[in-house]
Amino acid sequence: MTSQGGVLAGKRGLIMGVANEKSIAWGIAKAAAAQGAELAFTYQADSFAKRVRPLAEQVGSDLLVRCDVSDDADLDRAFREIGEHWDGLDFVVHAIAYSDKTQLKGRYLDTTRQNFRHTLSISAYSFTAVAQRAQPLMRAGGSLLTLTYLGAERVAPNYNVMGVAKAALEASVRYMAADLGPQGIRVNALSAGPMRTLAGSAIADARFTFRWSAEQAPLHRNIDLEEVGQSALYLLSDLSEGVTGEVHHVDGGYHAIAMPHPDRVNTKKE
Amino acid sequence: MSDNDIGQRVKKIVVEHLGVDDAKVTDEASFIDDLGADSLDTVELVMAFEEEFGCEIPDDAAEKIVTVKDAVNFIQEHAG
Repeated sequence: MTSQGGVLAGKRGLIMGVANEKSIAWGIAKAAAAQGAELAFTYQADSFAKRVRPLAEQVGSDLLVRCDVSDDADLDRAFREIGEHWDGLDFVVHAIAYSDKTQLKGRYLDTTRQNFRHTLSISAYSFTAVAQRAQPLMRAGGSLLTLTYLGAERVAPNYNVMGVAKAALEASVRYMAADLGPQGIRVNALSAGPMRTLAGSAIADARFTFRWSAEQAPLHRNIDLEEVGQSALYLLSDLSEGVTGEVHHVDGGYHAIAMPHPDRVNTKKE
Repeated sequence: MSDNDIGQRVKKIVVEHLGVDDAKVTDEASFIDDLGADSLDTVELVMAFEEEFGCEIPDDAAEKIVTVKDAVNFIQEHAG
């Protein structure tokens, strides 16, 4: 589809959390740009800037803003900068999470207070902090979208404190949907199946999770970046005008399965 | 797969990913100290090796892969 006819034609979106060309945020950005959206990107630190810039250029974006979501003053500055360039904002994609890698293996029970606090702050609270600052720029019909994972709802091995953080994130989606509904701003989460991203590689036994999901999902495969991008288009655009407070699973149907069919249990952990 | 094949493919990945001159990518070159990789680059390189050779490189092994030669040795032992 050409940009003139795209479902996001004339809309401006902020993409937060691109690390490289495998990032889910990048898959969404590409899909949004192909549907006519004008995009801006944030990056956490200079080590990410050199990765994000060439990607932003690929989709015709030259609005790159540094934003450390752990720092309220930096968030204020970043959104001020965006407000100076743009007179309005139609959607935000929040794809940001962090935890100490050494606690993304073993038992959840061993999570430290410090890492619990930090993980929840970066992976859950930051979406609220972003929404606070995006709201004044947003018009009716705006859409806020964050990324989550099934480990928020049920136990996934090694996901640990990130699962707890994603549960808080999903709850915050519902509360913010209620708060922002009267202004016509929608808040949703996209729960993607496991993907081979930089962030995903920090979780122990990620490859086992990847194989298992592909074998057990009703579609019998993993999903790819393009598929996440397409589903995100629905949630970001007016196609989902009546949808808010939702956690939308894009995981080949894996979340629907309570127990694998015996014929499909042939995976051994190596 | 011969060592030589693996070596060439590893070097190609390193050259493309880090954007360095292929003459600098010697067997002994350290990704971080000699080729300017940062910690994210090293994770991305390991993921690229896994894709190219269809093998799995666990964290404790990945931490020990600091040169082209380290990568070739690991892949030689584990690639299917």
